[in-house]
Amino acid sequence: MVSLLTRLRKLNALWWQLVLLVLAIVLPLFLGDYHRSVLWRTGIYVMLGLGLNIILGYAGLFQLGHAAFYALGAYTTALLNLHFDVPILLTFPASVIVAGFFGYVITRPILHLRGDYLCIVTIAFGEVVRLALVNNLFGITGGANGLSGIDRPSLFGMVFRKPIYHYYLMLLFLVITIFAVKRLENSRLGRAWMYVRENEVAAEAMGIDTTRVKLLAFVLGSGWAGLAGALYAGKITVISPDLSKFLESVIMFSIVVLGGTGSIPGVFVGTLGMITLPEISRPLKAWRDAWLGFVMVIMMIIRPEGLWPSHRVRLEIQEENEEALPAPAAGT
Amino acid sequence: MQFLQQMINGITIGAFYSLVALGYTMVYGVLKLINFAHGDLFMWGAYLGLTALNFVLGLFVQTTAWAIVPAVIIVMTTVALAGAVVERVAYRPLRSAGRLAPVISALGVAFILESLARNVYGASWKTYPAGITPTGGITVAGGVRIGVMQIIVLAVSFLLMGALYLFIQRTRIGTAMRAVSLDHDTSRLMGIDVNRIITVVFLIGPGLGGVAGMIVALYYGSFDFTLGWVFGLKAFIAAILGGIGNIPGAMLGGMLLGIIETLGSGYLSPQWKDVIAYVILILILIFRPTGLLGERVAEKV
Repeated sequence: MVSLLTRLRKLNALWWQLVLLVLAIVLPLFLGDYHRSVLWRTGIYVMLGLGLNIILGYAGLFQLGHAAFYALGAYTTALLNLHFDVPILLTFPASVIVAGFFGYVITRPILHLRGDYLCIVTIAFGEVVRLALVNNLFGITGGANGLSGIDRPSLFGMVFRKPIYHYYLMLLFLVITIFAVKRLENSRLGRAWMYVRENEVAAEAMGIDTTRVKLLAFVLGSGWAGLAGALYAGKITVISPDLSKFLESVIMFSIVVLGGTGSIPGVFVGTLGMITLPEISRPLKAWRDAWLGFVMVIMMIIRPEGLWPSHRVRLEIQEENEEALPAPAAGT
Repeated sequence: MQFLQQMINGITIGAFYSLVALGYTMVYGVLKLINFAHGDLFMWGAYLGLTALNFVLGLFVQTTAWAIVPAVIIVMTTVALAGAVVERVAYRPLRSAGRLAPVISALGVAFILESLARNVYGASWKTYPAGITPTGGITVAGGVRIGVMQIIVLAVSFLLMGALYLFIQRTRIGTAMRAVSLDHDTSRLMGIDVNRIITVVFLIGPGLGGVAGMIVALYYGSFDFTLGWVFGLKAFIAAILGGIGNIPGAMLGGMLLGIIETLGSGYLSPQWKDVIAYVILILILIFRPTGLLGERVAEKV
């Protein structure tokens, strides 16, 4: 009986996912270009959030400089396209690799840091990347104005001009991302990440190579940010160092935290709250930073596990609450 | 001679960093929390200083530099109270919630404060009323020039830092503060009202930060809402450099950072000034996370 029930529930979940996918495909057809772009932006941030979710949610590493890799991806695409005339779609793998590579190089020496110290170092790295771009490193990044005149992606001679094409391009990569992240979550590596997050010493004792596992989280998460950056460069065609602004990193961070760390649906909910809502409501746009801050404070106080927490995190928090109850007196 | 001049400028900037770094380090000492909101409280010091100055100047007949004194007192009290309110509202409910939750909450407060400043005062650069800042200076041997404002900055900073040091070393509340930074539970057993001590810390830190904000604005003449972020992060680096949680460390770290930064921008390139500061931070955290004077260990298993 139980197995039948679980199977039904699984089927149900699959159904829901299908319904959502169909909705994601059909809905933009009935929207104007502005709202299509909003949806596109939402998708990009979901992707960024899912990438960060690997680092922050699964492995529990406080990455507050995620935007740097977003910028690196965008700049890789732009530079390859502008200097070597590489078609945009072909630059995508390069963007992923460059962002992932920097994810490796940057985090390798700081992997032993924990908690708020890691937070601070990643903030500093994000700022260093931004300032290096502003200062026109090697004379190729275009300084504070950034780069412009990037080609649009094209496929079989069809150039992606309208927002709707970009939307579907994004959706394709988003579906791939979700599929991959879901597979990762339940893989050996995914379980290793969560083990490291919960108790690094115990994980090490169980034979998990914690350094390697943590590095993989950073490399994969950064690579995904690079992909999002490449998609961004292809649609907007103008990029600037502002992509690596601290605010961007905080937005990504709060997307993951708001939705619930380690939870894929949570990233969607978080993006709706942090990106889509301020985008479509004007008063919220002017006060977006305050809204962001407000949500962060309130969430931490009333619902630290996030709006749509992952099953595992929920269980943990319940356990912690039970532990917090007064223990029966010893010896009775 | 250029070197000496750079040193003097560096020490002046370092004094600002030290004042702000004290706020970070004191809070870290008692709560083990990086108070990201501190930089923005500091920025509010600059804005409130502007409002307070205009208000005080309205009472005077002539524009006089003495208007600064009541304005500083207003700013100090307001920002100190704001700091205590922030602690009460955003940090105290999270006292037992682990270490990530308060950090996120602090980031949230920082964004609220910054957005508030931008929406209230506008995004443009603000300048302090003309004729308020004392100008002039003395030229010492060989063309090294010390501005009157620099002397005032240094005097005020050292006075405040010295007073704070004595307060923490010699008074009962200061002793209690040191006890709380060692161990909350034991302090409570010794009859210390831990919450009250934390409130005092959140009055003193932001109070000093607010004054620093106003002095910075007076020194540079103009500022905008990004001041809190830029200066706040630098001051935080200074606190780490000296060893976070360590009060003399914050003073030393601020001075060092100011000097290194000024020398770096003088001899290397002003564009890379900020990068130098961040690189110092990264190197310190990689190789000596306890800072120069700190005893605290960054990684606890």
